[in-house]
Amino acid sequence: MAAFAFELVSPEKLVFSGDVEQVVVPGTEGDFAVLKDHAPVMSALRPGVLSYTDEKGASQAVFIRGGFVDVSATVLTVLAEQAIPVADMTEAAFAAEVDLASTLLAAALTDEGKRLAAERLAQIEALRSTLVH
Amino acid sequence: MPSLKDLRNRITSVKATQKITKAMQMVAAAKLRRAQASAEAARPYALRMNAMLANIAESVAGTPSAPALLAGTGQDKTHLLVVCTAERGLCGAFNSSIARLARDKANALIAEGKTVKIVCVGKKGNDLLKRLFAKNIIEFVDLRAVRYIGFENADQIGRSIIARFEAGEFDVCTLFYSRFKSVIQQFPTALQIVPAIIPEKPEGVVASAAYEYEPDEVEILSSLLPRNISMQVFSALLENAASEQGARMSAMDSATRNAGDMIKKQTIKYNRSRQAMITKELIEIISGAEAL
Repeated sequence: MAAFAFELVSPEKLVFSGDVEQVVVPGTEGDFAVLKDHAPVMSALRPGVLSYTDEKGASQAVFIRGGFVDVSATVLTVLAEQAIPVADMTEAAFAAEVDLASTLLAAALTDEGKRLAAERLAQIEALRSTLVH
Repeated sequence: MPSLKDLRNRITSVKATQKITKAMQMVAAAKLRRAQASAEAARPYALRMNAMLANIAESVAGTPSAPALLAGTGQDKTHLLVVCTAERGLCGAFNSSIARLARDKANALIAEGKTVKIVCVGKKGNDLLKRLFAKNIIEFVDLRAVRYIGFENADQIGRSIIARFEAGEFDVCTLFYSRFKSVIQQFPTALQIVPAIIPEKPEGVVASAAYEYEPDEVEILSSLLPRNISMQVFSALLENAASEQGARMSAMDSATRNAGDMIKKQTIKYNRSRQAMITKELIEIISGAEAL
């Protein structure tokens, strides 16, 4: 497989930048995999696990707390609100995520905002049950 | 004519002050390095977000479905000024120059008959502005307990700005902070964040028509815009932190230098008067001996 450029950035730092073979991103409309020469797409992301396979075939999984992905002709950019390697996602880290999502839900004003916040909370809870044993 | 003891005391006290300012300068230098590093680390995200925003806004701008955060409320009556300053003083003109910029803007807006609301981030700005605009200050965000600014802090401020916007509390929002250029140069800056100003499209970006959007442009844009506001607040806070430390460093550097000059002057004065005393005593002894 051919490699292409991939960048994962969170507000606090550039988490990953380099060539990869494949990236699977958790889009709001469903997960999708990106290979080289993917058609340009822009999508919102839900809280979930992003995984990428580097040139050596090693695969990495990173928890992201929502964000955006921009697939352009030259580079795949993921703007994540927060990116934590799955290995570091302990029970405590999840508890913090759930807390944050609950506060957002409580603070939401509009119906639309409430729906989105509730959805996010459900997504995080679902992830927690799959990732933490 | 101060006595020798007075002079000696004065010198010791200036020396103690010099030690403090010197220490503060060194602490500021260390903090500056950290602040600069985190400001730099946040840059890639801001850059990419701008590129994405430029791309997507182009296809939505002008259409009636454009979100209010981008298109504005269609009015220009109520202005919200978000003034970011430091929590601590002793950093030269840093706080007062940001406050002055905000004050001038507020006065200009009031003169035009517009309503002004102010959100102060940082204690010093609040102290400076509340004397003139006590009625206008609607919120004061205290970051004193925060050692290193994280995205969460900025996100909270961003969310409260958006909540106010959705509640129809203001039409235009401007962010005041100090842009960091170098240790001796910081520029107080006013940046309009609502309605969003779409950045220039960087060169070499594919035309947006070729893009597919999931779910669709408007929905992505309406979640991207609030994010962008938080991000702009975040980078403003980071720039501010770097500027503050830079300003403090140069202020403390000149304070240390001034203290050095003063010590030199006082020491010369001290030595002169000591010499004068010795001479006087000698003259007294000699003239006493001659009189015999």
